[in-house]
Amino acid sequence: MICLGIEGTAHTVGIGVVRDGPVNILSNVLNMYSPPSGGIHPRDAANHHSSVFVDVLEESLEKANIGFDDIDLIGFSVGPGLGPCLRTVATAARSLALYLKKPLLGVNHCIAHLEIGRAMTDADDPVLLYVSGGNTQVIAFLNGRYRVFGETLDIGIGNCLDKFGRKMEIKFPAGPKIEEMAENGKKYVPLPYSVKGMDVSFSGILTAATVLMKKERREDVCFSMQETCFSMLTEVVERAMAHTEKDEILLGGGVASNKRLQDMVKKMAEEREGRFYCPPQNLLVDNGAMIAWTALLMHKSGMKMNATDTSIRQNFRTDEVEVTWRD
Amino acid sequence: MERLITRGAEAEIYLSEWMNRKVIIKRRVRKRYRIKEIDEELRKPRTKKEATLIIEARRAGISVPIIYDVDLTEMKITMQYVDGEKLKDCLDGMDEKKQKDICKKIGKSIALLHKNGIAHGDITTSNLIVDGNKIYFIDFGLGEKSSEVEKQGVDLHLLRGAFKAAHKNEKLFQWVFDGYKKNFEGADEIRRKVDEISGRGRYTVRG
Repeated sequence: MICLGIEGTAHTVGIGVVRDGPVNILSNVLNMYSPPSGGIHPRDAANHHSSVFVDVLEESLEKANIGFDDIDLIGFSVGPGLGPCLRTVATAARSLALYLKKPLLGVNHCIAHLEIGRAMTDADDPVLLYVSGGNTQVIAFLNGRYRVFGETLDIGIGNCLDKFGRKMEIKFPAGPKIEEMAENGKKYVPLPYSVKGMDVSFSGILTAATVLMKKERREDVCFSMQETCFSMLTEVVERAMAHTEKDEILLGGGVASNKRLQDMVKKMAEEREGRFYCPPQNLLVDNGAMIAWTALLMHKSGMKMNATDTSIRQNFRTDEVEVTWRD
Repeated sequence: MERLITRGAEAEIYLSEWMNRKVIIKRRVRKRYRIKEIDEELRKPRTKKEATLIIEARRAGISVPIIYDVDLTEMKITMQYVDGEKLKDCLDGMDEKKQKDICKKIGKSIALLHKNGIAHGDITTSNLIVDGNKIYFIDFGLGEKSSEVEKQGVDLHLLRGAFKAAHKNEKLFQWVFDGYKKNFEGADEIRRKVDEISGRGRYTVRG
């Protein structure tokens, strides 16, 4: 069975083709919107999505070496995300499904990050640290659902880094450049460390870093910011592991590409004799393959949706999804 | 003879003996994943504060382990071993009457903590130990001496989150709050704060 998966919750249009059985990714093409300056305006991102959609689709089918007739199922990201972006890809997905007369499934974006990680690594029942621009969640499976054990109480970690980057006139996404600058940081300048149980908060750090930027070396501030934010994330994910008594930790989301964060979480896992898993870079970021794979899991467990069930859900919570494909 | 019984998020918990008593040693070990500056900035104050808060909570009449020794060079606290079960492991197995009773008691104890200016900072079902009719509060590592509405709200918010994440009965939090309200005058204000805090998370149902 072959599934076409469409991702478009925020800055990226991603279309992937995945065959079931052991996960087999035939193609995974993406096109990310990067604004000329400032942050992402949802409308501009949506315009980007509609203008590149057909190209991404054609390239994805070509790379997978399949035609429209080979598609058995279509999955798309139904939420959470930016409204205009979600509506654009949902419309495209519905049109495709109706045109091809194939079943359509709306997939929860956060859960797709987790499922592709489980499929691509040896992780079986992990705690997921999902860190991206908009999302920062600690998720684990319990009593039939993926539950959010901890999350940000204000902005996402990626958003925090991007906003800080913007103050330094770094273009979106700022994470990679901040990571590079942090490598040249020599001095730790104290920043507020904000952990509340398994929740974290980043807005205070952003404010403090913005003030410090004017008196300290920027490399030192980048270094201190990464060290503080990532220590907080590693601490809460460790707390979730201790609380749920799970010994696997899986990373997901664009910020998980950061080598320092990977390194910290890995060390933490080693220290508690747990196992660390991280999918390849092109599956950490928003992508279509993860949506396709999750749609396959949902479909095989008997889930069906009518076109009317596929309204977008901007505020779709991870723990609202009934996970029919796991025991 | 020390035996490691749990590896928490920030400390290793050992079962040991001290002056012929069965004790728990909570050792805040160095975390290699974080830089020294952050590590030390967290471990020392947390150890010190935790010991202080437990002692104050005990004075206020809340069931907490007795502190026998605090060592700020090795960042360890030696305390009474409480022979009970984590609430997390026994709550779902109780009948509803028992659950209600326990939850109300928890609410009362949280009220006592708050009345005495103590915010626990990490009230989850892993940090509550049931020993007969007593419910022990452990792990004050994220606690604070504070009467801020925000901190008190976070306490209840965390417990509600822990119930929601891991336990089936949806009335648990309401019972806790009933017990809390009965014993704490400012309860309604805190309740509004709890909803406000929950609403700050991403993708919550608002309104």
